[in-house]
Amino acid sequence: MCAELLPELITADPWGYPIVTPGPVPGSLLPLARRAVAACPTLALLLSDEE
Amino acid sequence: MSAAEAISSAGTGGRALPPPGLPRLIPAGAPLSLNDHVARYGPVPFRDGGSRGARDLIAEVERAGLTGRGGAGFPTGRKMRTVAEHGRRGGPLRGQVGTVVVANGAESEPASAKDRLLLTRAPHLVLDGIALAAEAVGATRSYLSVHDGQDELALQLAAMVSERDRYDQNRVPVQVVAVRRGYVASQETALISQLNGGAPKPTFVPPRPFKKGAHGRPTLVQNVETLAHLALIARFGAGWFRALGAGAGAAAGSALVTLGGAVSRPGVYEIALGMPIGDLIRRSGGPSEPPQAILAGGYFGGWLPYGQALGIPISDAALRAAGASLGPGVLILLPESACGLAETAWIAGYLAGQSAGQCGPCVNGLPALADMMARLAFGRPDGRALGWAQQLMTLVTRRGACHLPDGTAAFAGSALRIFEDELRRHAAAGPCDRVRRRPVLPAPGHSWGPR
Repeated sequence: MCAELLPELITADPWGYPIVTPGPVPGSLLPLARRAVAACPTLALLLSDEE
Repeated sequence: MSAAEAISSAGTGGRALPPPGLPRLIPAGAPLSLNDHVARYGPVPFRDGGSRGARDLIAEVERAGLTGRGGAGFPTGRKMRTVAEHGRRGGPLRGQVGTVVVANGAESEPASAKDRLLLTRAPHLVLDGIALAAEAVGATRSYLSVHDGQDELALQLAAMVSERDRYDQNRVPVQVVAVRRGYVASQETALISQLNGGAPKPTFVPPRPFKKGAHGRPTLVQNVETLAHLALIARFGAGWFRALGAGAGAAAGSALVTLGGAVSRPGVYEIALGMPIGDLIRRSGGPSEPPQAILAGGYFGGWLPYGQALGIPISDAALRAAGASLGPGVLILLPESACGLAETAWIAGYLAGQSAGQCGPCVNGLPALADMMARLAFGRPDGRALGWAQQLMTLVTRRGACHLPDGTAAFAGSALRIFEDELRRHAAAGPCDRVRRRPVLPAPGHSWGPR
């Protein structure tokens, strides 16, 4: 599901869990990233501010 | 001399002598009572200088180069400084908030016995360390964790805490707590989760414990051995601590190492860091059977061929450079009579069963990896199993809330490198006879048998 929302940054592993491209989320993709995190049925995604 | 007399005389100039060599942590003979402990080491050298005094101890610990002895090897002084800072500015209106010290004595590495030994043979050093760390980081309470089922030990420790209270040797409340057994249950955030009344499972970070841990307060979690070293550094100084060890980086001072497997005298040894593995094996009476390899670092560690291992200094940096690690100081000698692939497959199965069940890649990937390792060790030749194992190792790495998947992948990966010849033989001719040998590597509660 998230891999479809945000294919630029997320691919799915064999069990459907997200593999995320390392590095900060580009500003243009932030809204989609937030939607992907909210849509994840297993809370497998987290969007955080790096301190 | 009673504890009261010893404590009152310390102020008049009686000074404890630093241990000249080894052992430093565990003295010969029976466990020290509080009387004997204070007579030998003097009372707890609280700084009593307010925040300046506390910063002095942290600076001393930083100069000593003490690093955590629980497996992660993080610089202790830096960790203390961070917790203290968060305590100073973490409260409402950015004012002060009481921090928490957690002494972790619930070692979950099956082959490690050092923490249990330290708590039974030198408990007052650990309790001194808790008291000193609490003063240094502005803690208002502390915890000492042992395992569920270690009731007698917990009661003994609680009694010692009460006795110390009578002589003002704690300053903060010390609560002895029993935590659940399990490989990941005594990981830093899992421990804090249990203290907060939650499950014995690692939690996601941020926030890290040094910022927000037990009861939402900045929390210092340290292995009990680290705190015991701290108790001695506070008395004898950074220079004394560094007089042993290879000095630079994380190889300062002494450390407890649990030596197991096919050695003549398995057990816990205190060594100067940087001592070559071969010297320790000699000290333990040598191998008990023809040796094959050494597992260094416990089950998140790595395998070393025996001959190559002998010259490697026992320190995290040197062991990592060789493809293994120090972990919580575990070294296990694998004899020729065992099969390295079988032992690794058996432990990969154990680790997969220890998953907290929170993260998809771990819950799915580790049993699949263990299954592939079992096929390579016990199954008929299968050309695809090796490739699948390697893919799975990459897939699970750094994709969980804790390091169980990474550690298991690293451990399995090192077996596939070091036992490459064994792999080729199994691929050509199926499992060797040695897979039937009783396992060398311990795995509590895990049933054994080739598939």
